[in-house]
Amino acid sequence: MSFYSALSLAWPEVFLAVSTLVLLVAGAVGGNRLSSLVSTLAGLALLVAAALAWTAPHGKAFAGGFVSDEASAFAKVAIYGMSAVAVLLGDRWLTRLKANQFEYPVLILLAAVGMGMMVSAGDLISLYVGVELQSLALYVMAAFRRDDAKASEAGLKYFVLGALSSGLLLYGASLIYGFAGSTHFDVIAKAATGASNTGVLFGLVFLICGLAFKVSAAPFHMWTPDVYEGAPTPVVGFFAAAPKLAAMVLFARALYDSFPHAADQWRQVVIVIAVLSMLLGAFAGLAQKNLKRLWAYSSIANVGYALVGLSTGTQSGAQSMLVFMVLYMIDVTGFFACLSALSRGGKPMETIDDMAGLVRERPGLALAMTAFALSALGLPPFAGFWGKFYVFKAALESNLAWVAVLGLVSSVVAAFYYLRLVKVMWFDAPAGKTDAVPADARGVAYAAAIFSCPVVLVALIGLDPLAKAAAAAFGLH
Amino acid sequence: MTIGLPHYLAVAAILFTIGVFGIIMNRKNIIIILMSVELILLAVNINLVAFSVYLHDVVGQIYAMFVLTVAAAEAAVGLAILVTFFRNRGDIAVDDASMMKG
Repeated sequence: MSFYSALSLAWPEVFLAVSTLVLLVAGAVGGNRLSSLVSTLAGLALLVAAALAWTAPHGKAFAGGFVSDEASAFAKVAIYGMSAVAVLLGDRWLTRLKANQFEYPVLILLAAVGMGMMVSAGDLISLYVGVELQSLALYVMAAFRRDDAKASEAGLKYFVLGALSSGLLLYGASLIYGFAGSTHFDVIAKAATGASNTGVLFGLVFLICGLAFKVSAAPFHMWTPDVYEGAPTPVVGFFAAAPKLAAMVLFARALYDSFPHAADQWRQVVIVIAVLSMLLGAFAGLAQKNLKRLWAYSSIANVGYALVGLSTGTQSGAQSMLVFMVLYMIDVTGFFACLSALSRGGKPMETIDDMAGLVRERPGLALAMTAFALSALGLPPFAGFWGKFYVFKAALESNLAWVAVLGLVSSVVAAFYYLRLVKVMWFDAPAGKTDAVPADARGVAYAAAIFSCPVVLVALIGLDPLAKAAAAAFGLH
Repeated sequence: MTIGLPHYLAVAAILFTIGVFGIIMNRKNIIIILMSVELILLAVNINLVAFSVYLHDVVGQIYAMFVLTVAAAEAAVGLAILVTFFRNRGDIAVDDASMMKG
């Protein structure tokens, strides 16, 4: 394959990387005067990259290190689209605080390039480079408000635990390389057959631990609540959406492409992680008062559901994981858009008690948050229900009925905290006047809420075959 | 006695374990955590280079180059975050990083 045709497969990432560098130089020369222009261009660049990813030719480039297929195109469109929303929300939010800096959209672009690399990884080197490019940008974004003690603590905790997880991932990758003799996923697949190659399986366990850290699955979740609570709200909205999908697709690629013959070995580990995440997310969320923290536990539980889909190792399981993650991404972005829009006397409203009587103050946003809470709870016909429907269906098809039952149990437990939020918003006495609601965050919140209830029923007609084609690209049955 | 692959792997495993425990057990200083992270990455590099020689495959050494580069970037980002933390608190003890709990 010629260099040019190899490059054409990676065209979306090349375009994004070049735009990132151009915008970085423009910002460095022009200073913060240009920050809103840089943001606009960054958002446009992400949308163009999403279009390029959709139309990119399929195949393998750079000696198999970069894969472009239906799965990567599906994930990239979702990731770049969500990143564009994050640029919009974050830039306007920082402008309102008079803390806008041109680095913010540039960091999102860098993270997006990293996520694009992650979902296209075809060997262990591009896996590692993609993960690190994304993580390093996210560490900085968590601590983006330099004068905020909580944000810098969140950034520090994220950095330390993220570095530890990268170390675990890398140690696993080095063992896999050594015992399989190659970094390429398809060569590893030939070497890793059943229980015969202990060294490779040992490495695989480390790799799974590292990836579980990145998707914040229990028992590797401890950074999530602190980072979500401390980091700026629009940044958390970004953290909870696109990077989770990227890490899940990378997880799927690593397991399905390089360990298809060791499925019995990794399935046990992934099922344990999935069940622990679902239960921990449901039970630990019960005691939370801060909504960002609560939604951190909610995200741990939701990653657990997605991992159930992943652990089946079937095509319908992979499809259920992709559908679930995309629906979850839209919900969670809408929820954090609501949170970033709400403040009282200049102070952000972050606890459940702050939301008392919101329906009388801000009926639109209260309705949207109700939709997100009911969707996260899994009530039909909201988006969250369909995600769980796909996951549990795949689990039942793979004789994992007990996992589906545990998933239902944890949904019922989690219903307590989602319904408590709804109850506080609708039936408690208002706690005072809220500030004016910015149009951008309100727009994103309404759009996500409308998607969550009626639109999803139509969107699923299109999403179902797309996710199916994407899942088929993993070469499963 | 010749020194073979198992010896290198053992050294790397020991370094890796020291690094992981350095992060988990350390209750004093965040700089020590950064050093432990470097230790983990260097343990991985020993693994990669040893495997590379053993397999007669240069990819392991290329991988090690990537790891070194990323480790430098990671240290830079980590120290930058540490500086903002220090400016807000005036201290970098691990126990101070406890505004958020639960």
